Amino acid sequence: MLNNEMQGILHGSQEAGWVLEPEAKRLLSLAGIQVPRFSWATTLREATDSAANIQYPLVAKIVSPKIIHKSDAGGVTVGIKDKTRLVDTFNRYSTFEGFAGILIEEMVTGLELIVGAKIDYQFGPVVLLGIGGTGVEIYQDTVIRMAPITATDVRSMVNGLKGKRLLTGYRGSDPVDSEQLTRLMIRFSRLLMDLEDQIESIDLNPVKCTGDQCIVADARIMLKPKTS
Amino acid sequence: MDFTPLFKPKTIAVIGVSLSNDRHPANVIYNKIHLRYPVKVYPVNPRGGRLQRDTVYTGIAEIPTRIDLAVIAARAEFVPDIMESCIQNDVGSATVISGGFSEIGREDLQNRLVAIARKANFPFIGPNCLGIYAPARFDTFFLPGERLVRPDPGRVAIISQSGGVLVDQMVKFAGQGVGLSLAVSIGNKALIRELDLLTYLATDPGTSVITFYVEGFEKNEGRTFVQAAAEVPKPIIVLKAGKTAEGSRAVSSHTASLAGDYRVFSEVLAQHGIAEARNEFEMVSFCESLSCYQKPVEGKVGIITVSGGHGALATDVCSAYGLTIPRLSEDNQQHIRQQLSPSVQPIASLSNPVDLTGSATDDDFVAAAGGLSSAPEIDCVIILLLPYSPGISSDLGARLSYVYHREGKPLVAYVPHQEKYRMLIEGFELNNVPVSSSIDGAVLMVEALRRCRPC
Repeated sequence: MLNNEMQGILHGSQEAGWVLEPEAKRLLSLAGIQVPRFSWATTLREATDSAANIQYPLVAKIVSPKIIHKSDAGGVTVGIKDKTRLVDTFNRYSTFEGFAGILIEEMVTGLELIVGAKIDYQFGPVVLLGIGGTGVEIYQDTVIRMAPITATDVRSMVNGLKGKRLLTGYRGSDPVDSEQLTRLMIRFSRLLMDLEDQIESIDLNPVKCTGDQCIVADARIMLKPKTS
Repeated sequence: MDFTPLFKPKTIAVIGVSLSNDRHPANVIYNKIHLRYPVKVYPVNPRGGRLQRDTVYTGIAEIPTRIDLAVIAARAEFVPDIMESCIQNDVGSATVISGGFSEIGREDLQNRLVAIARKANFPFIGPNCLGIYAPARFDTFFLPGERLVRPDPGRVAIISQSGGVLVDQMVKFAGQGVGLSLAVSIGNKALIRELDLLTYLATDPGTSVITFYVEGFEKNEGRTFVQAAAEVPKPIIVLKAGKTAEGSRAVSSHTASLAGDYRVFSEVLAQHGIAEARNEFEMVSFCESLSCYQKPVEGKVGIITVSGGHGALATDVCSAYGLTIPRLSEDNQQHIRQQLSPSVQPIASLSNPVDLTGSATDDDFVAAAGGLSSAPEIDCVIILLLPYSPGISSDLGARLSYVYHREGKPLVAYVPHQEKYRMLIEGFELNNVPVSSSIDGAVLMVEALRRCRPC
């Protein structure tokens, strides 16, 4: 069930047509899905203060209702080591169209997966799992299931990926924690069922998975266009 | 809604016969039912008169018996009134052959039909369809009987949005010896849709396999369909048309772009254990295989051949579909070898594929099939038969079918389809072992059993 805060986030995002990343992450964390420690700063002072809290090195991203594809717009900076770099980044982002602050968050590493959702015309809510990152549409290594899904579905989704060995441990790397991944997928599927009437699609990309956690490093929730 | 009068009518009225045009669709339908089928049929035209030597009734009300099925082939604008009069006269069901409804923008006329039928709980197929083909009972296809290729009565039902595809599938079924229980062209599917027929066929004792040709579902209709299908114990096959993505519609998320309409369709079907046939060729092989076997397999294939080349070709095709050819354990190989005839024993290669060599006899095939079928590492067997091999007799099909009945692991065979080998082929088919005319087809028969397994 969506609580009041979740409802509020969705309501407030209607005009933009999508949920800004910091709010999307807040929504996900309310649904029990793990996100990096983050802060949404609208002034330079807020930015430097929260950076000190989260600790360098960190990631900064533009927050703007006008910029959906942040990387393409040059609105993602990783590996910010100190305050000077942060100030530079803040000043640069503040000139972007629709600037509504910057998102500052801890750096997370891990195998990059995509976890997605879409409201399909014929089949309703469906979830997607695949090899993620910026090359997601090039590799097209994804598996789709009708939601809601079970733990058995998650297992068979992983088995259906060409790149499944990346998840099960390849060339000495730790296998992805399958319990964490399953928990994420099932909570995501449950959230999707609650959001069914309000959204069009969701990208959690990348979700960074390691041997002990799965963290949603970026989230984009596209709302259903208002019917005129 | 009771579909019995629709699919098992004893009395049929054909509404809209022409008194002057013998080739009018209604006349074709009337004639074929009248001449060839064990049902009573009545022609109807408001002008009355005589058609050949039969009385033409001026309306449903004039017919002296209760009608189970009205076949309506009159102009679209007359159809709502005709349906009303059918309902008033206690007709059991209708098939609306006529076009001129939503397919040309006349949703209003179609909606009127649906409203009339819903109110009276009156089942009808169509409009804009060929209707129903029930082998040896009746059909409403406006195609002259002598031009139709008629598959034998059998266990496969086929439901199609396209009449043309349906008739063409029937030609292929006949060619491959796939028997038909019921074929329905649902046209605009205004009232009775895929889900209704799935529900009906799920409990139809004459049907073991349910197949659909689908162009698309309405909003969320696919969801209801797959959920219902997952509960049906019979194998379900779907052939989908319109697989290519529609243009370059701008999408703002990766998921929306990756999860295109067809990919969702295909993967959700697989999730629910519905076998998607990707083309017509798969469709026919799947039907043939699933009409013999209804239990899914994982796809751990044992191959028996008398030619190394055939074994290698079949292995390649299996691998391309992701079917595995597990190596047979030494114990199981030993067990098979002991039962082979003296001339084959020292030269056969048994690791899988099992190559019995050109010296193989029926007994060797039976021993190898028994050995593979009882091995836990194998869950189905492909037999590649070269009928010109001297040791093979036409009893082989029957004998191998006993192996299936004993061990319960599906067997499929490849035999070149030549008239000369007909008796050998029938030895398999009449004993419920599917036979393909190609190696690829035999592998597809196994793939069909795997694709029915929910993933």
